[in-house]
Amino acid sequence: MNNTEKNYHHSKDHRKVIQNAIIRQNYKRKMVNRVFTGVTIACVMLAMIPLGSILFEVVKNGISAISIEFLTQPQGSIIRGDGGIGPAIQGTLLTVGYASLIGVPIGVLAGVYLSEYAGNSKFAYAVRFFNSVMTGMPSIVIGIVGYIVLVITIGSFNITAGAVALSIIMIPIVVAVTEETLKLVPNSIREAAHSLGIPKWKVTLFITLRSAKNGILTGIVLAVSRVAGETAPLIMTILGTSLFFQGFVSPVDALPLRIWRFASQPYEHAHSFGWGAALVLIIMILSLSVLLRFLVLEKEFKLGSLVKK
Amino acid sequence: MSSEEYANTSSYRLSSLSYTKRPRYKVSVQNLNSWFGSKQALKDINFDVKENTVTALIGPSGCGKTTLIRCLNRMNEMTSGAIVKGSVYLDDIDIYASNVDPVIIKRRMGMVFQKPNPFPTMSIYDNVAAGLKLNGIRDKVLIKEIVEESLKGAVLWDEVKDELSRPGLSLSGGQQQRLCIARALAMQPEVLLMDEPTSALDPIASAKIEELINELRKELTVIIVTHNMQQAARVSDYTAFMYLGELVEYGPTKQIFENPQKELTERYISGKFG
Repeated sequence: MNNTEKNYHHSKDHRKVIQNAIIRQNYKRKMVNRVFTGVTIACVMLAMIPLGSILFEVVKNGISAISIEFLTQPQGSIIRGDGGIGPAIQGTLLTVGYASLIGVPIGVLAGVYLSEYAGNSKFAYAVRFFNSVMTGMPSIVIGIVGYIVLVITIGSFNITAGAVALSIIMIPIVVAVTEETLKLVPNSIREAAHSLGIPKWKVTLFITLRSAKNGILTGIVLAVSRVAGETAPLIMTILGTSLFFQGFVSPVDALPLRIWRFASQPYEHAHSFGWGAALVLIIMILSLSVLLRFLVLEKEFKLGSLVKK
Repeated sequence: MSSEEYANTSSYRLSSLSYTKRPRYKVSVQNLNSWFGSKQALKDINFDVKENTVTALIGPSGCGKTTLIRCLNRMNEMTSGAIVKGSVYLDDIDIYASNVDPVIIKRRMGMVFQKPNPFPTMSIYDNVAAGLKLNGIRDKVLIKEIVEESLKGAVLWDEVKDELSRPGLSLSGGQQQRLCIARALAMQPEVLLMDEPTSALDPIASAKIEELINELRKELTVIIVTHNMQQAARVSDYTAFMYLGELVEYGPTKQIFENPQKELTERYISGKFG
């Protein structure tokens, strides 16, 4: 009998000691709690400072350059401040759109494969590993490869080289987000669909993917926003130009390129144009996220779907 | 046409065939064994299920009843590492034969799971219609009819008929489970497999589902796994008691509960373990 008592029960003395220790710690605990909460809040604010100051500076310096002419006309004499960034806006839209057409389907389907078909095979492991290596690949390296593979062979700087380079940056992000989101879809949903006698490809496409739609769209918007701002790969693939889109074997312009070139020129108008272009780029990227939130994700809060991102 | 000519027509031959070969059992399990990796989950299971009956599988946790019911419509093989040997006959087709498409078997044997799992992105109507639409049925009028029929069959129609476009997840737990039953019924299955359908539900919802099972037996065959013995006694015609992967006893429910043949069965029924 003695043995079983000692197995579980603390003696009365032990209990008192522990309770006293907790009481003594009370005040100290509350202080530590407050300090810790304060530190985390301070860190959040610290992290917001760069974002806030960037937005502030860009709006302050760039708003003066904005005008209809600025947004639609090609560049005129930069010394006089004529013209605008029309070709750059068009170029960014075309190049990023083209890159998405390549990158999104490949990325999503690869993510679907990894999550639904490959499981834990050695091949899947290798694919995931290389995918995460690719997410860290320097974009300038991708640009150089794009130059060698698609510019030299075609004979000129062109939009396809730029789109492919951007899609190489985009794909690993989309693959990772798609796989992660699909893994969050509860297996019970797939089982329910299978038990209805629906073939696997239909289950994957119309049930599983559909349930993960919101998370995947968020990931796609993230990837697209990221590549919209990439400059290095574009330098060596599309080169930049002052003309509107000239065809698939000519250089094309883009906003990040234009910003960089304006910033390197000594003229005052060039700087103001540069800020203006930066403002336009940021607004374009922000509106993509806002559009996603209010057109697609809003519904989610009402439906309470199982996959939230 | 003359009687000789008629005797040669295919319709006569077909009807005489089906008359002589009519199977005695709807589902017949023969020498079924199953493993998860190296662990054997089912040991030589043999039993037969008659058409239009309700059969309950009872037994303590881990006895293999869920594994068994999942073997009946080939859902078990979707778990990685699962191996199945033996035969399960649906009418006179061995569903484990090499030329049988598991997808078709699942259309004939519907399944309802323990936790209600309506499709999250779809409305009530779309949930019930999902099986039909994704199996290629395009006729909207027909789909509407079947949805209404299935919801009525699941005793859910009156509660949702005005709000069919509401999301499936907005229903209560009991209603969601009836929605899942309606979804399974829409495929017009011949057998309905239910894996502890009321274990996640409150008593009132459970009672509704038990009533439903009573009605369903008129049109199809039901096999239900339940950890609740009293439910088995209330709802089923035949009961199978399983323990550690073996089928210990199988017989009419009345006999199992009032006059069990095996001592193990008697101990489980009287609550001495489980």
